[in-house]
Amino acid sequence: MINTCALILAGLVAAPLAGGLVNGLDRILTARFQARVGPPVVQPFYDVVKLLGKEKTVVNVWQAFCAYCYLAATAISVVLFFLQSDLLLILFIQAVGAVFLVIGALSSTSPYSQVGAQRELLQILSYEPLLVLVTVGIYLETGSFKIGQVYAWDEPLLLKLPFLFVVLGYALTIKLRKSPFDLSTSHHGHQELVKGLLTDYSGPFLALTEIGHWFEVVLILGLCSLFWATSWIGMIIIVATTYFLEIVIDNVSARMNWRWMLGYVWAMGLTLSVVNLVWLYVR
Amino acid sequence: MFKRMITESRIKSPWLLHYDCGSCNGCDIEVLACLTPVYDIERFGIVNVGNPMHADILLVTGTVNHRNKKVLVNLYDQMPHPKVVVAIGSCGLSGGIFREAYNVVGGVDKVIPVDVYVPGCPAKPEAIIDGVVIGLQKFHEKM
Ligand code: SF4
Repeated sequence: MINTCALILAGLVAAPLAGGLVNGLDRILTARFQARVGPPVVQPFYDVVKLLGKEKTVVNVWQAFCAYCYLAATAISVVLFFLQSDLLLILFIQAVGAVFLVIGALSSTSPYSQVGAQRELLQILSYEPLLVLVTVGIYLETGSFKIGQVYAWDEPLLLKLPFLFVVLGYALTIKLRKSPFDLSTSHHGHQELVKGLLTDYSGPFLALTEIGHWFEVVLILGLCSLFWATSWIGMIIIVATTYFLEIVIDNVSARMNWRWMLGYVWAMGLTLSVVNLVWLYVR
Repeated sequence: MFKRMITESRIKSPWLLHYDCGSCNGCDIEVLACLTPVYDIERFGIVNVGNPMHADILLVTGTVNHRNKKVLVNLYDQMPHPKVVVAIGSCGLSGGIFREAYNVVGGVDKVIPVDVYVPGCPAKPEAIIDGVVIGLQKFHEKM
């Protein structure tokens, strides 16, 4: 019982803190790649606290409602992950959160929000099947959707599911909205899309979506850690390497359009998944 | 304590909106120069957001004329409180060399309240950064 409470607390408090720090490191590394110094590592926290203290302005009440729902859904999915619950359940709750964010953006009439929301829907459409396929692969190997069992598995999954790990990498890049998949909220808010999906979220509600995003980062890095669950060191190395590669890819690539994303990610992702799954099956 | 934390964060994380009213682009180039590796204002947590609903500080360059004054007021109104306005360049301050033109209203402060004036033609990037820093101190007063 006490253990459960501790895990829930860890999910609710430690996870967003970790997500924020990861975000800060991301900004510093990106700045270093561009020969700049970059902000302090706790910058994301300054941003969120500032936003929480700003005046509340909403386009309509639904938007505020959606921001709360998004935060709740992402928080629940991370807590369930910490409680070592069912992978499929976690993915579905995470998807509900993502859809609420889109609905919130669609509830405003601003063309930037609308375009951003449509693009986000396409992004969800590209990565959701991949995430499900990765889960199927994990199930075929370990015989369970329970995270507890996956962590207890005595062989690193990466050796059996190498292609599915690459597929998870695609999903991760899209989910983190990094280049070349930063279609729905452009990195730099002064481009053609302004801030896309997030244009009309402002002040405290923008802060909520930001905290929700930290939860998502932690969730996806948690999914990565499943692939080398036999030792702590392996877990840390695999998570750190994956995220570092994300930042490199983010910095060396330009934004592509949604047709390319859908075609490329589905073609590559589905082929790699099927090859890996067939190999698992016939072995 | 929360109040202190929020003020502190406001000073550490100012998000800028840059609006080019009727500038000759001299001042705009200098504003954008602040984002380059040489000045790297992201060190101070400053981000150029391009969205009034996310911005804390409004940087205005150039003269105000009868056409763009409505846009300027609209942008200002869309920014959530607390907000600070920094007028940049001789044109933003008073109308500059365009002061006498038939369509010119004058400086930015003819239309919206201005907190900090950064002179120069064009204003230097260092001066613009200084102006933003002074603007940040205004957040203390606005609490
Ligand atoms: S102050 Fe000088 S450089 Fe700046 S907009 Fe006016 S004329 Fe151009």
